[in-house]
Amino acid sequence: MAGSGKAVNAESAVDFDRRNMDWYVDKAIQAIVFVGGISTIIFVIGIFVFITREGLTFVFDTLDIKEFLTSEYWDPSDEDAPEYGILALIAGTASVTGLAMVVAIPFSLGAAVFIGEFATGKTREFLKVLVELLAAIPSVVWGFIGLSIMNPLIIEWFNVPVGLTVLNAGIILGLMAAPIMTSIAEDALKAVPDRYREAAEAMGATRWQVIYKVILPAAKNGLLGAVLLGVGRAFGETMAVLMATGHSVNIPTSVFDSVRALTATIAAELGETAVGSDHYGALFTIGIFLFLITFIINLLADLVVRGVRKG
Amino acid sequence: MFQASELNLRNKRTESLYRTLFLVMTLLLILPVLLIMGTLIMKGASAISWEFLFGYPKDGMTAGGIFPALVGTIWLVSVALLVSVPLGVAAAIYLNEYAGENWFTRIINLAIINLAGVPSIVHALFGVGAFVIFFGFGTSILAASLTLAIMTLPVVIVSTRESLRAVPMAFREACWNMGATRWQTIRRVVLPNAVPGILTGVILEVSRTTGETAPIMFTGAAFFLPFLPESVFDQTMALSLHLFVVSTQVPNVPDNLPYGVALVLIGMVLLMNSLSIALRMYLRGKKKW
Repeated sequence: MAGSGKAVNAESAVDFDRRNMDWYVDKAIQAIVFVGGISTIIFVIGIFVFITREGLTFVFDTLDIKEFLTSEYWDPSDEDAPEYGILALIAGTASVTGLAMVVAIPFSLGAAVFIGEFATGKTREFLKVLVELLAAIPSVVWGFIGLSIMNPLIIEWFNVPVGLTVLNAGIILGLMAAPIMTSIAEDALKAVPDRYREAAEAMGATRWQVIYKVILPAAKNGLLGAVLLGVGRAFGETMAVLMATGHSVNIPTSVFDSVRALTATIAAELGETAVGSDHYGALFTIGIFLFLITFIINLLADLVVRGVRKG
Repeated sequence: MFQASELNLRNKRTESLYRTLFLVMTLLLILPVLLIMGTLIMKGASAISWEFLFGYPKDGMTAGGIFPALVGTIWLVSVALLVSVPLGVAAAIYLNEYAGENWFTRIINLAIINLAGVPSIVHALFGVGAFVIFFGFGTSILAASLTLAIMTLPVVIVSTRESLRAVPMAFREACWNMGATRWQTIRRVVLPNAVPGILTGVILEVSRTTGETAPIMFTGAAFFLPFLPESVFDQTMALSLHLFVVSTQVPNVPDNLPYGVALVLIGMVLLMNSLSIALRMYLRGKKKW
């Protein structure tokens, strides 16, 4: 009978039970490191829960979602009729991020191709280290550079009254995002198996032909992932845009306009607001908005990059 | 017989053309930053002196030194490391040694990517909502450091996982075959081989934490304090925030003072990153397998 056979097996399994102290220690450690692993999920959920908790009363009591997203007037400190429209702030963030990408995408992808495919030996090591060091420069230093070095240069070169503009912040953010994009893009190129290169070279293709016809198409998704992560980084940057954009609520019509970004608004105003006030809630609501957008960008980048590994 | 054909020559020309083009792009990316760094050094070097590094700010922060900010940054970074290193190493051990390839691991990876990708100011809002208000730590080193620790956790996890991954599978298999448990294998074989690699990650983490500004603005760092913090429940000045303050908030600051602060900050960060890179290269040279 099937049932009794099972019982015999279970009995002999008890005889061979080797669960000694080491076994229990192993299980205990497994539980501890599992807590470490799961903590990352808890933190992401925690971020969402706590910023939502602070923004919730505002969202339900005061917020007119249509006005919030489509009005260009942000004037929360007006006591009689405070205005909570983030359209101009979205335009500020979008214009600066857009310009930053125009600066960063061609140069970072170009640099990745040079470092990954053309450069060899010491040159390659040196350039990689340099790019890694550039990526480490803190954002507040970039903001200071925008404020103290770029600002007078822009005023002088373009003969404009103010140098803290979309142009300034866009260049700063582009220079800031480019090293990170270069590293990720270079990783994507490195992930293309060497046998692809060897096969193409064996057919008599030149280096450039190999890159253009074989490597770039094969690394396409990884490169797209690098671009998306760069967008996410520029979008969420705070200190640099706070210091270099000029910080005036404005829908820009040219790169010489001052703007104000979503992130910078929170950084500039949170210190002045009373906990629990409408203004305070509005700033947390911007936080929820930022969290959701970056979540989507990161998710997209992950899906795109994962597409490569499967293919 | 081996005369280059017209096609060979043309290929060769295109080849060097593209090579030069991409070299120029790389240089255009790097040179402006090097020029900027040169300017920072030129304008900031005159501000740096013994008194600048070890003195207190004076005359409404328009003169004097940055000592409280330096000490504050050391406090913030140390407390943040106490949290992020154990947690990050545990997470990495779980991911590399225990976790299988399943949906749950994938969600953890996604969470890591998101922790790294969420804007720093959103981390600041989280710090205010969770640590300052909900847990009642107030604006303190503890609240600021916890915020920093969570924000930079992915740095530790990713670099630790890389160094665990670099330990060959055969080492583990040999150990398992002797009847060792997973943990015995990790403790006696995997970790000893991975510790130097983990160390490079920790140094990177120190560098990242030193430079962050937005997460500490509302959670524990103060614009100006005339004394040093004495416990984790005190507020403190911080070098990164000090740079923001002297360059935007304080009137009549002499020109070279903010440059000096920027130079010290960037010097600390780049020094630690160089240290981490040097250690990594040394280890790669020493590797026996």
